Amino acid sequence: MNNDVISLPLLEIDSLTTDYRTRRGNIRAVDNVSFTLGKGETLGLVGESGSGKSTLGLSIIRLVPTPGVIVNGHIRIDETDILSLSEEEMRSIRGKKVAFVFQDPMTSLNPVKKVGAHFVELIRTHEPNVSERETPERAKKALNDVGILPERINDYPHQFSGGMRQRIMIALAIALNPDLVIADEPTTALDVIVQAKILDLLKSLRDTYGMALILITHDLSIVLERCDKIIVMYAGNLVEYASSMELHKNPRHPYTQGLLQSIPNIELAEQKLEAIPGSPPNLLNPPKGCQFWPRCSFAKKRCRVEEPPIIESSSGHFVRCFREARNLERSRKC
Amino acid sequence: MSAVANVEDLKKYFPVQKSFFERLFTRTRDFVKAVDGISFSIRRGEVFTLAGESGCGKTTAGKLLVRLLEPTGGKIFFDDKDITNLNGEELRLLRRKIQIIFQDPYASLNPRMRIGPAVGHPLEIHNLAKGTEKRRNVMEILEKVGLTPSEQFIDLYPHQLSGGQRQRAALARSLITEPEFVVADEPVSMIDVSLRTTLIDLMLDLRKELGLTYLFITHDLAVAKYISDRIAIMYLGKIIEMGEKGEIFLNPLHPYTQALLSAIPVPDPERKRKTIELKGEVPSAINIPSGCRFHPRCPKAFDRCPLEEPALLDIGKDHFVACHLY
Repeated sequence: MNNDVISLPLLEIDSLTTDYRTRRGNIRAVDNVSFTLGKGETLGLVGESGSGKSTLGLSIIRLVPTPGVIVNGHIRIDETDILSLSEEEMRSIRGKKVAFVFQDPMTSLNPVKKVGAHFVELIRTHEPNVSERETPERAKKALNDVGILPERINDYPHQFSGGMRQRIMIALAIALNPDLVIADEPTTALDVIVQAKILDLLKSLRDTYGMALILITHDLSIVLERCDKIIVMYAGNLVEYASSMELHKNPRHPYTQGLLQSIPNIELAEQKLEAIPGSPPNLLNPPKGCQFWPRCSFAKKRCRVEEPPIIESSSGHFVRCFREARNLERSRKC
Repeated sequence: MSAVANVEDLKKYFPVQKSFFERLFTRTRDFVKAVDGISFSIRRGEVFTLAGESGCGKTTAGKLLVRLLEPTGGKIFFDDKDITNLNGEELRLLRRKIQIIFQDPYASLNPRMRIGPAVGHPLEIHNLAKGTEKRRNVMEILEKVGLTPSEQFIDLYPHQLSGGQRQRAALARSLITEPEFVVADEPVSMIDVSLRTTLIDLMLDLRKELGLTYLFITHDLAVAKYISDRIAIMYLGKIIEMGEKGEIFLNPLHPYTQALLSAIPVPDPERKRKTIELKGEVPSAINIPSGCRFHPRCPKAFDRCPLEEPALLDIGKDHFVACHLY
């Protein structure tokens, strides 16, 4: 064994490409994305609608809705290549090893089933050895962890508010103590005060159980505040990947820079927001070269023809941009 | 500064639907008190924001102001004229001057109507222009909202536009009658971040160019801070704090405003957040708590709060707060 390797990553994604084969044409929703996630890390996946962030999240648990297909790449969870698993084997990973929290807690709970029944189904499926008496105890403990009175196990979903339902979703996600929780816009449907509570809850659960967390959101403020690492997605591409500190202090991609200048910060007295001109490309007919060039003020001839490479501009900071490649070359020559 | 719109003790109660058996056994009718007595005035040329969480009554208040809903009580004045009970022809004439933009540009534009006719429709309703003159007006306003070149957009259907472009078309439609006053109900919350700023800046530019006054309705205080001159914070149908933007953000007085501001994510990984914890959740607008409606959740509540409802008082610097602490 190599001594340099301290711990193997929990999740390894290698040149993942996911397409939607629609009748109107092929849409490349995730284009050649690679990254790794260590145990217990929190990763923020940010991007606008259509950037591929949700498709990337769903690809990890192989739940991309039809006509979506993973066409290339590898996804390894604890060394297991999950793309080679059978559907049966995959089912034992979902919920048990990797849990998913969806955006809309109103539609993700079954309205005709009591809250407890959701837990029974989950626990019975994955751990058939758990006794009938123990199952509700486990459910109560999970509810207690997310701050819901265990007695409410016999209530129906409609008897809870939106924030409470999202807590129940999180309780279901952590009930089997997974290694990774993927939360797709878990607070977008909620008010700020409830949002802050849910995000605090996710953090405290992570501290208690040591699970890794992928937080998918359109809100850059949330990931800057809450995540260790951030991936910025644009039109299916990973355009920048760095620690949140680094991304905040030293954003390298013109898109990230534009995003940071366009989000209002309530703690600044006077703030001039700068907009990014234009709008995201239609992925049925994407631009040639870099997907961002039509909106980029630094675009050169090369950007319109060739796809930019991913450059490691400093340790652990990856940028998909020719400008960065040029800068790096220049500094090497000096 | 003169006031464009004045609202006095405005109320809107929605009756709760009951089943046949419930009606047999109960005498009382329940009401959702969506707006429960709010007063404010909007000055000419300003951006006045109603902000609050979902269910606080901000959208209902906006719809009352443009007379899309009938108020249960109170009065609305527009240019010093009482418009609370206008109807028929007078209301139609008023609608030229008061317009509204809705949150969802996918729902507010007729999918079977091309952009040109949709944007020009108000001109027909108000008999302002026809034929080539109408087309010219439409093209002019499309250019103004940045749908350029307008010849390219005028014959498109809504589904051929992006979300941001659709909201621009909705904005064009509301501005074509040259209104004085525009209610904008969450106009940017469904628009992607990178396009949001352009739309907000456009609205602010048009305010100067066309001499508009905006009532802006939003749940997003970061956006409110960027766009507003004055802000009113609503909780359960009441305004609990109101003032200049700087006052509200730098010197929030009401414990609810303080908690709300502390919960907003700040795009800075180095900032240590200190969220003010609130007990429980927003109560139902059917059974509003006694006294101050915020007291069951308030970290600073004392014996007077459940007994007496605090009035919205001026505490100087044009800053109003409804709290017994002040």
